[in-house]
Amino acid sequence: MDYVLNLWVNLATDLYQVFAGWGLPGWAAKLIIDFIIILILVILGVMAVIVLTPMERKVIARMQDRPGPNRAWPYGLSQAFADAIKMLTKEMILPRHADRLIYTTAPILIVIPALMIYAVLPFGPQAADAELQLGAANLNVGVLYFVALGSVASIAILMAGWGSNNKFALLGAFRVVNQLIAYEVPMILSLLAVVVLTGTMATQRIVEVQSIPYLIVMPIAALTFLASAMAELNRSPFDLLEAESELVAGYQVEYGGMKFAMFYIAEYVNILSTSILFSALFLGGYKFFGLEDAAPVLAPFIVLGKAVSVFFIMLWTRGTFPRIRLDQLVGLAWKFLVPIGLVNLVLVALVVKLSTNPWAQAGLLLLGNVVTLAVTFLIMSLAERRAKPSGSVVMSEAHPPEGISVNFTPAAER
Amino acid sequence: MSMQHVVFIILSAIALIGALGVVLNRRLFRSALFLVLSFVGVAGFYILLEVELLAMIQLLVYVGAIAILIIFAIMLSRQAMVADDKVLNEQWILGGLAAVVLCATLVYVLVQVNWPVVEVTVPANSIQRLGESLVDPNGFVLPFEVASVLLLVALVGAVIIAREK
Repeated sequence: MDYVLNLWVNLATDLYQVFAGWGLPGWAAKLIIDFIIILILVILGVMAVIVLTPMERKVIARMQDRPGPNRAWPYGLSQAFADAIKMLTKEMILPRHADRLIYTTAPILIVIPALMIYAVLPFGPQAADAELQLGAANLNVGVLYFVALGSVASIAILMAGWGSNNKFALLGAFRVVNQLIAYEVPMILSLLAVVVLTGTMATQRIVEVQSIPYLIVMPIAALTFLASAMAELNRSPFDLLEAESELVAGYQVEYGGMKFAMFYIAEYVNILSTSILFSALFLGGYKFFGLEDAAPVLAPFIVLGKAVSVFFIMLWTRGTFPRIRLDQLVGLAWKFLVPIGLVNLVLVALVVKLSTNPWAQAGLLLLGNVVTLAVTFLIMSLAERRAKPSGSVVMSEAHPPEGISVNFTPAAER
Repeated sequence: MSMQHVVFIILSAIALIGALGVVLNRRLFRSALFLVLSFVGVAGFYILLEVELLAMIQLLVYVGAIAILIIFAIMLSRQAMVADDKVLNEQWILGGLAAVVLCATLVYVLVQVNWPVVEVTVPANSIQRLGESLVDPNGFVLPFEVASVLLLVALVGAVIIAREK
């Protein structure tokens, strides 16, 4: 029974013994086990497409009151497999005058950073035997690593937009990069709040330190992170790159078959890794009311369960919010998320300086967060009341601001 | 030859191929991409030197910000969809001369200076120590604060320029 409760560590230890029994040196056995772990993580990332797409389609369909995919057996759940087979059998197309080198390397380059992020995601408590460390690489810049790899992906997007020699693709790529750069700032600010509170950038350590989930303790940082993560992932309501009515499919418009599938895979790999990171930073990662100590075998499943819940929140947002305009998108980042992130950061730094007791810190932070949110909403409602008609961005509006004329006048008359 | 040497040679190859690609490419956009490759190689050197923080910042700042700025500048200033620039222009003699002089100077310095070698391992808490030295009055607090004020001024200036009248 004890063996099963700590299955992963025991399996790895036994495997290590087996390899040692074959006369392999210690580092070689460790290397093989590391490769197996990497393989599992990569497969997990790619499996995300197979599991998350049916979930997305079904959940969104449910929210929009329609059946969704329902032909592929059973209940349309194997639609993703059918799609994968279709993608694999499609013809490879190279657009005329496309930059062949850039066009073909972009889909490869976009998947690499997406999969590399999995190196720092914590999936369970650290094994007591430090020699055989499973899962998250104990990188003491883990959080920064996540942000840095995210910024590498924007190069691949620019390559895709440029390489396909299509104006719509290029415009889509511009939009995405604009969005990625704008939302990197609030994302880093919210991550910084966590880093200041825990005093470490290693994701594993952040989970260990976290006694109360930080979503409860500092909701501002958590929600800022979620919003900017959704913008970084190009999820609706921030999916301006796929504004079909304006840009067709953005930077992916010239890609077909397996090349398109690579972008699709990268998107879902990123969604899963960001959800796991969110659960690690703000939901306590693999901790679940002491279950992770009683049965460490369940820790990865706790992490995945939390990640899927985060993904559900993303779907919920997608199902309920309309796509926001480009100026609203940039305005939301710079005029709302960045200032509130800065205030939150100062608050966290102050609290850390005031007290070292985690419970006192939690109470002070919660109080500060509530006050900050109240003041923010006060300021926003005041701003909305005296909002000038000159198209000033007010986020909570369902109707267009008065400055933007609804009755369309030709450009020449304006 | 230790493992470090092998990794060093691979990383040097990446950085040098990137650098050569920048100067020898006919298409400006591809040159910018080779520049990114070169930056990634340099980030690899930092990892080899066990300063992960600098490696990540290299990726974040150079690949994530500066390279994208360069690519945007290329796309907005050139005839974006037309490729094929000449590799050499009429100043190639002067440029080559400058490059040779610079290279000779660097090689001379490298050979002449007796580089001190210190037997110290990188401490495990190097990030904490870096952070503390940045706010330590005996450390780098003055340059750090001056740099932050400079950045703040730049930020305010950007806001003022971008502001609608």
